[in-house]
Amino acid sequence: MKDLLEVTESGLYCAAGDFHIDPWRRVPRAVITHAHADHARPGCDRYLCSAAGKLVLRTRLGPGATIDCLRRGESLSSNGVRVSLVPAGHVLGSVQVRLEHGGVVWVVTGDYKTAADPTCDPFEPVVADVLVTESTFGLPIYRWPDATDVAAEINAWWRANQDAGRASIIFAYALGKAQRLAALVDPAIGPIVAHGAVAKLVRAYRDSGVRLPPIDGVPPGARSVGHGRALVIAPPSAAGSRWLRLFGTSATAAASGWMMLRGVRRRRGFDRGFILSDHADFPGLVAAVEASRARRVLVTHGSAEAFSRFLRERGLDAAVLPTRFVGEAPPDGNDDPDGTDPDGTDEKADGVTPATAPVAPAADGDAGMGAPP
Amino acid sequence: MRRFAELYWRLDGTTAITDKVESLRGYFAAATPDDAACALAVLSGGRQSRAVPLPVLRRHAAAAAGIPDWLLEECYAQAGDLAETLALVLPPPDRLPEPPGPDRAGIGPDLGLAAHVQRLEALRGEKDDEVIGRFLLDTWRVLAPRERIVWHKLLTGGCRVGVSRSLVARALAELAGVEPATMIARLVALAPLDGAAFSRLLDGNATGPDGLRPYPFFLAAALDEPVERLGAPAEWLAEWKWDGIRAQLVQRDGATALWTRGEDLATEAFPEIAAAAAGLPPGTVLDGELLAVRGECLLGFAALQRRSGRRRVTRPLLAEVPCVFVAYDLVEARGVDLRGLPLVERRARLTDLLGTVGALPASFRPAGSVSEAKPSDATASDTPAAGATLWLSPEVPGAAWEDLAARRAEARDRGVEGLILKRRQSPYGSGRTRGDWWKWKIEPLEIDAVLLYAQAGHGRRATLHTDYTLGVWHEGRLVTVAKAYSGLSDAEIVEVDRIVRATTRERKGPVRIVEPSLVFQIAFEGVAPSARHKAKLALRFPRIVRWRRDKAPPDAGRLADLARLCTAATLPGPAP
Repeated sequence: MKDLLEVTESGLYCAAGDFHIDPWRRVPRAVITHAHADHARPGCDRYLCSAAGKLVLRTRLGPGATIDCLRRGESLSSNGVRVSLVPAGHVLGSVQVRLEHGGVVWVVTGDYKTAADPTCDPFEPVVADVLVTESTFGLPIYRWPDATDVAAEINAWWRANQDAGRASIIFAYALGKAQRLAALVDPAIGPIVAHGAVAKLVRAYRDSGVRLPPIDGVPPGARSVGHGRALVIAPPSAAGSRWLRLFGTSATAAASGWMMLRGVRRRRGFDRGFILSDHADFPGLVAAVEASRARRVLVTHGSAEAFSRFLRERGLDAAVLPTRFVGEAPPDGNDDPDGTDPDGTDEKADGVTPATAPVAPAADGDAGMGAPP
Repeated sequence: MRRFAELYWRLDGTTAITDKVESLRGYFAAATPDDAACALAVLSGGRQSRAVPLPVLRRHAAAAAGIPDWLLEECYAQAGDLAETLALVLPPPDRLPEPPGPDRAGIGPDLGLAAHVQRLEALRGEKDDEVIGRFLLDTWRVLAPRERIVWHKLLTGGCRVGVSRSLVARALAELAGVEPATMIARLVALAPLDGAAFSRLLDGNATGPDGLRPYPFFLAAALDEPVERLGAPAEWLAEWKWDGIRAQLVQRDGATALWTRGEDLATEAFPEIAAAAAGLPPGTVLDGELLAVRGECLLGFAALQRRSGRRRVTRPLLAEVPCVFVAYDLVEARGVDLRGLPLVERRARLTDLLGTVGALPASFRPAGSVSEAKPSDATASDTPAAGATLWLSPEVPGAAWEDLAARRAEARDRGVEGLILKRRQSPYGSGRTRGDWWKWKIEPLEIDAVLLYAQAGHGRRATLHTDYTLGVWHEGRLVTVAKAYSGLSDAEIVEVDRIVRATTRERKGPVRIVEPSLVFQIAFEGVAPSARHKAKLALRFPRIVRWRRDKAPPDAGRLADLARLCTAATLPGPAP
């Protein structure tokens, strides 16, 4: 029997239902797992996402995009393929895509994490015949500490910086990680200040009903902000920029799963690295695969080779999803261990460049595709 | 172990010296003497050996983690550090398998560093795989992941921490309430390193090595105004500014110590000087300069460095690079601190003292010089005894500033850096106090050179081409003479990097050979023969002064101009 999903020039394609999942080219119908720039690209005729993620996706795609959505428990049928969306726990509105056709169930996880996150619905395991899973952190060296412990570390760091009269600047992706950080830290310590790229999405989160502590923006024309007391949340692209001078003397930190590795921490040159990831760690990936009860597992990006071999040795029919994409920048690759940012917005997950990022965008004559409208 | 691991990570997590000293002090204040002695040994970079072969360690770790061997290797490939990889793949202590056998007495989470190191010593050479496996499991079960990394480094004999001996000494000195130099002296004398020895280290009543501490060095400031402003030349004593290593030679109660300006003990690196100092009266401290000298030839700073970097000096090296101590001040005599006396008086006593030991040769010549020795114009004109190693730095005479300026102009030919001017009535101060001692150095030499090769830098500049090899003209082609590590602004570095990439003619590994187009003004301190560059000579301390955007490669300097500064060098091709 033909596979329900295949990788085409435009992305992961369901021929039976005639739609794509997280396509990287303009297509008529796109099912979106979450609104990170490399999963949700502009220019498609119609989008389908979760109800919880609609406002965030709208913020990213602009007012002109046609966005339909599904609530939890709802499904729709497309040429006999039943489509439903199940929370993935990655960022607000992130989902796994469940497809059922002829009695066979495929689940595409998108990016996901199994750890708790106060800013989005938790990951829900879905029983599947075939599971398409990410493996950004698919090696057993990745085992996240409890997020509340990390939050305590961040709070302590923030307080110590205050005592020294320094601002605390923490670099985190503008969509998801930034809001999760704001929700995790103790707002009683001092003001939380957001970079413009973060503030825009904070609004979308609030409008979606997510409770966040007070977060200040930076007024235009401001000369100095926070007086060494603030926790500043900024996207990684702001590192080394003039904007940071607003805060005077400061200590810097990054919040990412890659901070697990001492080498990466040192290379990034920040004062601190906090291990906080919106992706599943190795035990999380293994648990998710087990919970799906899938006999066949396709691994899409990250440590796909190693993780699929690991699953094969455990008796599963596992393989790397055959794509023409490498889909990964190693943590010690270029300047940004989290991978290149395809459209310069820096608002992607803390994972690597996912499977939906072409290796050589210029080569397929579609280089301008990633640019925002 | 927990506290030592904490120290390790705190030292790892900061580049600020004050933080490091603070962390060290905190650790040593709270550690048991045995643990502290052990930590001190590790921090001083003492020899470590491997307790378990790496393949055995890897196999047991993979088994304990419940992962196949190949997956451990995948992890290692990503993390790049074996100690860290093993620590990260192992499950938390409570989820590790129970090791076989009942007896695990004495191993708990509170086991100290010294006890851990002792256990490792005891395991070394163990052949029984089961014993090793149990040993590893027992230990993993009591260590948190961050402690495990440090323990793995001890286990594999690769525990290195980024602190210098002087930082450790500073922290211990603060604890003991003594001068850092005193602590260094105590550390040097410390053997064997055990808990009792460590306790003595911090004991304020300790004697012995304390007795060999130097005085704080009095440093000359760079003269940054016209020399005439200093007033009457007669009030000043001029000496050559030697291009060596500043040092104090201490002899007390028959024991000798040679301290360099960084308050590093260099006695072992210069045994001939230590031996000569034994002939000084007890209670003598000389301030002076270490120089590498053979006959009447100064061998230069590079030769001297071959000696200074060693803890042990081989006999051939001693013969190849003989060193002397050129004294210019007497800081202590017969156990009395003379620092308050005027320089003229200290110098008179120094001259008396060294008259009995040795004096400087009439004149030094730079190494390789083929010119005739210049007639003596120094006051100390006695021929030194053969093999003398303690010499007096001569006064450079000059009745007027013009005379001294003329002497200073000879500096380059003499292999010195210029003149030092000292107020005759000055006491021996401390630190770089302005006013009494001035460095009057000669201006650096300069030449315009063309960028020929470029290589990416390191660390922060790893992706930019910042290491430049530069050349000058010789018989119609450009030959390399210097390697300079930038000196440009950050913006210029980025711009040069772009040009380097755009004009690359050929790549040889990490080196890009570029189309000659950029001209830089290079400052340097001298020219020495060299096999490294095609020009057969090399510039000393080359650095980029500025980017000459106004110049093109044909405007760059010529090899002949440099060769004149280095008469001994042979030019490539036909003789000049």
